[in-house]
Amino acid sequence: MLVEIDNVDFAYGPRPILKGISMAVPRGKVVAIMGGSGCGKTTLLRLIGGQLLASKGTVKVNGQDVATLDREAMYAMRRKMSMLFQFGALFTDMSVFDNVAFQMREHTELPEDMIHDLVLMKLNAVGLRGAAKLFPAELSGGMARRVALARAVALDPMLIMYDEPFAGLDPISLAVVGQTIRKLNNALGATSIVVTHDVVESLQIVDYLYFVADGRVIGQGTPDEIRASTEPFIKQFVHSELDGPVAFHYPAAGYAEDLALAPKSA
Amino acid sequence: MKHSLIEAVRRVGHRTIDTIWRAGAIAHFFFLVITQSAMSFRRIRLIIREIYFSGVMSLVIIMVSGLFVGMVLGLQGYETLQKYGAEEQMGVLAALSLVRELGPVVSALLFASRAGSAITAEIGLMKATEQLKAMDMMAVDPIARVVAPRFWAGVISMPILAALFSTAGIFGGYIVTVMLVGIDSGVFWGNMQAAVDIRYDVLNGVIKSAVFGVAIAAIATFEGYDAEPTAEGVSAATTRTVVTSALTILALDLVLTAIMLRQVA
Repeated sequence: MLVEIDNVDFAYGPRPILKGISMAVPRGKVVAIMGGSGCGKTTLLRLIGGQLLASKGTVKVNGQDVATLDREAMYAMRRKMSMLFQFGALFTDMSVFDNVAFQMREHTELPEDMIHDLVLMKLNAVGLRGAAKLFPAELSGGMARRVALARAVALDPMLIMYDEPFAGLDPISLAVVGQTIRKLNNALGATSIVVTHDVVESLQIVDYLYFVADGRVIGQGTPDEIRASTEPFIKQFVHSELDGPVAFHYPAAGYAEDLALAPKSA
Repeated sequence: MKHSLIEAVRRVGHRTIDTIWRAGAIAHFFFLVITQSAMSFRRIRLIIREIYFSGVMSLVIIMVSGLFVGMVLGLQGYETLQKYGAEEQMGVLAALSLVRELGPVVSALLFASRAGSAITAEIGLMKATEQLKAMDMMAVDPIARVVAPRFWAGVISMPILAALFSTAGIFGGYIVTVMLVGIDSGVFWGNMQAAVDIRYDVLNGVIKSAVFGVAIAAIATFEGYDAEPTAEGVSAATTRTVVTSALTILALDLVLTAIMLRQVA
């Protein structure tokens, strides 16, 4: 296993986010973590990347317990992984080319002409070689996500984490990004973790899925197992049902009471 | 009554703790910037690039303001000095006022408004758009890569800008006193040369502007790095940079002036 999360608790102040969660990500696979907004999916990525530390339990990456790493060891580990942020997080003062070249210039002694060729190869892999000279402000949302993807794989990482890679994309961009994630994973022999809401796209590209709700794993399986699942939460999520274990309404006082049609309860 | 008293005490307590916490956070941040600065100096082009954005881009406002301040100083100074028949001392008045006080202080206030606010907004927006987190995830320390070059660019730019402000101001004084009023050019420059001391006047002005540079750069980078990652948060941080810098500059000016005058005495 490349990533092992064992009985992890995490809270933002008094608000618990993860409650004894456990999951494992095998090498070479694309694994999706799914669940409603605010269920702790992105927090899981931050725990794996060492940007947050669990209050209980262990997070291991490549056999190393993330919580025990000092700053240098943490940075050494992060050089072997990468993360695609929800809105790309491209450096706005740099061109597309310089964004992709950023890590190569920071972490390697490669000559500039070699960096030039490598960057164009990465951009070609996401179909944006022609956009090398553009700046992030000149890109559409889908293009920015693909540039971020090229940047994420710039140093051929062993682990790539994607935080909501499909959010806000049109259907064509969404399919392009989805297929690129799968192809890059296969081509690089990497391992990918995709945090997403998008059931349809995920079921097409991933090898395994975890469903998270209320800080716990409430279901897992291969895409076929998930499609056939009768577990109420998974069924509601996969079939986009309006009501179910995840209530449509945020908890509130009685409707009639709020509209002053009924006496207030004590 | 009792409840509101408890509430007031609680608010004071909260503010006190918050202020102490913030002071600690600034000190820790400043320590990190200093310890992470080696990379900035190894890759000096990072600092040069920021000197261009902070220093060079502030040149117009600094030079134009300096010129106007010098011209106003010339008009006001002449009006007062001629009452005592001392209008020939205009060059001295302009040079000492600018080199000792107006140059360092006004250029620092302008630099905080022009460059300090820009540094805070840029770092704050990088935080809000997760660029700093992305950098950290790429094993590149944002303090070393983003904050330290901007900090040192501010520290280096400030004394140079203050010197240019004073130069433009003296030239403004020259325009009014010599070219408009008609005081002899040789008298203007000669008296100035005789009265201005490199050690006590010019060097002290440079020391002041260097200290202001450290203060503005530290405040601007900290406020950006500490900003709430929202539009309102970045806006509030930018305002705090300008207000805190202005108050800090004026307070430091008082302290430094007192120390420097004591040395002279």
